[in-house]
Amino acid sequence: MRRLTPYLLALPSWMWLAIFLVVPLAAMASVSLQTGNVIDGFVMTFSFSNYGDALGTYSTQLVRSLGYGATATAAMLLIGYPVAYWIAFKGGNRKSVYLFLLLLPFFVSFVLRTISWGFLLADDGILLGTLKGWGVLSADFHVLATSFAVIAGLTYNWLPFMILPIYVSLERVDPRLVEAAQDLYASRGTAFRKVVLPLSLPGVFAGVLMTFVPATADPVNAQVLGGTGNTMIGNIIQTEYLVNNDYPTASALSFTLMAVLLVGIFVYARVLGTDNVLEAAAR
Amino acid sequence: MAEQSPPHTPPQTPPDTPTDSAIELEGVVKEYVSHGEVVQAVKGVTLDIAEGEFFSLLGPSGCGKTTTMRMIAGFEEPSKGVIRLHGRDVTDVPPNKRDVNMVFQSYALFPHMSVWDNVAFGLKQKKTPQDEIKRRVEEMLAIVDLTGREKRRPREMSGGQQQRVALARALVNRPRALLLDEPLGALDLKLRQAMQLELKRIQREVGITFVYVTHDQNEALTMSDRIAVMKDGLIEQLAPPREIYERPATTFVAGFIGTSNLLSGTATGGVLKLGGGRVLVPGREGEVAVTVRPEKITLTTQEPASDVSALPGTVSEVVYLGTYNSYAVKLADGAEITVFEQNAHDATVTAERGDSVWLSWQAQHSYVMGS
Repeated sequence: MRRLTPYLLALPSWMWLAIFLVVPLAAMASVSLQTGNVIDGFVMTFSFSNYGDALGTYSTQLVRSLGYGATATAAMLLIGYPVAYWIAFKGGNRKSVYLFLLLLPFFVSFVLRTISWGFLLADDGILLGTLKGWGVLSADFHVLATSFAVIAGLTYNWLPFMILPIYVSLERVDPRLVEAAQDLYASRGTAFRKVVLPLSLPGVFAGVLMTFVPATADPVNAQVLGGTGNTMIGNIIQTEYLVNNDYPTASALSFTLMAVLLVGIFVYARVLGTDNVLEAAAR
Repeated sequence: MAEQSPPHTPPQTPPDTPTDSAIELEGVVKEYVSHGEVVQAVKGVTLDIAEGEFFSLLGPSGCGKTTTMRMIAGFEEPSKGVIRLHGRDVTDVPPNKRDVNMVFQSYALFPHMSVWDNVAFGLKQKKTPQDEIKRRVEEMLAIVDLTGREKRRPREMSGGQQQRVALARALVNRPRALLLDEPLGALDLKLRQAMQLELKRIQREVGITFVYVTHDQNEALTMSDRIAVMKDGLIEQLAPPREIYERPATTFVAGFIGTSNLLSGTATGGVLKLGGGRVLVPGREGEVAVTVRPEKITLTTQEPASDVSALPGTVSEVVYLGTYNSYAVKLADGAEITVFEQNAHDATVTAERGDSVWLSWQAQHSYVMGS
C-alpha cells in the first residue's frame, strides 16, 4: 500500500491529462482526417490531403506567425533580461513589490489589454495624436495595422513570462560568485559573461519556450492590432472553425502548427541545450 | 678557514618585527547607512602585516573582521583611511586589479565549471600562455592533492575537496597575499584540524602572506604568527598567540581566548582579599581585575604556603575530559572558578563534588588589568 501511495496521489493529474489533453488531441487528430461539411456531417476518410491543402493555402500565415513569434521573443529577451537582472540584484527588499507590479496587468483580461493598446496606438490616439499635434510626426503616420503593432502587442503581452523564469535563475546566483570572479582578475563585464550569464541560461531557456509558443499561436494581437495584412495562423484556425465551420482544415492547421513548434523546440533544446551552453561558457 | 656563506637561503620564519610590510591599513573606517542611521562596522583599524606572515583577524561575529578583510580584497571601499599593498596605495583600486586573492567562506566555486576550469580561471583572465596555465594548474592540483579530479564539478565533491579547490584557485595565481574568510567553518572537527596543519604547510611551501579571518580562537592560536583580536570594529589586542593567551590586554580578550577566571576587587598593599583568601598583586593598589588561566591553578585539600595566591572554596562540579579533569569551584562570595588538572599519574581525582578545597597559583600567573 505504502509503495502505491505516490502513484495514487499522482492519479488525479494523470486523469486530468488523459481527459483534457489526450482525448481532445485524439478527437482533433480524427477530425483532421475527415471530409464533409457542417450540414451533411463529417465522415472519416483518412484524407491526409487535408494537411497538404491547408498548408498550401496558408503557408504565408504560418511562416509569418513563426517570424512574428521569433521577433517578439527576441524583443522580450532584450527587454526582459535587464529587467530580471535589475530586480534580482538591485531590487533589495522591494523585490516582491516589483514582481507584483510585473504581474499587475494580469488583473485585466488579455483581450481588454490588447484593445487598450489599440487605443494607445490609434492614428489619432493619445500618443500619435499628441505627437502629430506637435508636428513631430506627419499626419498620415500610423502604427496600427502594421507588423510592428502586432509584434509590439505580442511582446507586451508575454513579457512577464520571459522575465519571471530569468528572474528565478538570476535570483539563485550567489553574488559571491561575481566577487570571486572579480577577485580572479575578471572585470565586471567578464564576470557577467563568464559567470552570471551561463548560470542564468536555464531561465532564458524556459523563458523563450514560455513566450515563443503562445506568441506564435496567438490570434488576438493580430486581430486587434494587425488589420487585414498581418493575419497570423491563429486567426486562420479561428476563422476556419468558427466562421467557415471547416473543422478538418482547422484541425489539420492546428496539428501542423503543433508539429512545427515541437520540432522547433526539439532542435532548440539540442542546439542550445543548457548543458552544451554551460560547457561552452566554461571555455 | 672562512666558512662559505650558503647561496641565498630564504628566511625560515618571518621576522618578529615587520621588515617590509605586505599589507598596511591606516585609520581605516567603514560606515554603512542602515535604516537611515550611520553604522560603523569598522571604527578605525591600523595594521601592518609583514611579508610572509600568517596573520589572523579574530573576533566574534559582527566585530568587523570580515569587513576589514573585504576592504583589503577591494569588495568594500573604506569610508576613511588608507590601504596599501606592498607600499602601493590601493584604496580606490577595484578587486580585479589587486594582487591578492581570496578564499571565500562558502568557497564560491563556479558551479558550472569543472575543477580544472575553476582553478585556471584567474590565469586565463591574466592572459597567461596555454602551456603555462596547464603546467601551473597541474602543479597546484598536486599540491592540494586533487590530481585526477580535474573534470569533476564542484557539487560532485566533498566539503574538504571543495575547500582545497578554492585554495588552489586562489594560490595558482601566486598572489602576494592570500585572504581566507573562515575557510574551515563548514568542515567537521577532524577535517578542520587536518586542514589547519595543511594550510600551515602550504603557507610555508609557497611562502606568501596569509590573512586569516576566524571566530575560532583555537584555529587562530594554532596557525598564526600574530593575531589581531577585534571587538565592535576596533582591535583590542595585536600580538603573537602566546602573548595573547598569557597576557591578554583587556578583559574581553581574556574571556574570548581560552577559558579564564576573572577576579576583581580592591587591593591594598599588593594583596587582594577575597572570600577568606588572598590574591597576590605585587605593587598594585585600588581597583584591580585579575585573570588566571584554569591550568595555572593547583587544587589541594590542605592550605597552601603563604607565598602564593590562595582561595578556599567548595567543589561544585568535576568533569572528566580524558587528558585532564575540569573542576568548578565555588568561592565563599559565590563566584565560580574553573580549574584544569592534568591526568598525569592515574585516573583518580584530587577532590569530589562537595569537598572543601584550596586553590593556589604563583603570583606571576595572575594577569592584572586595569589601574
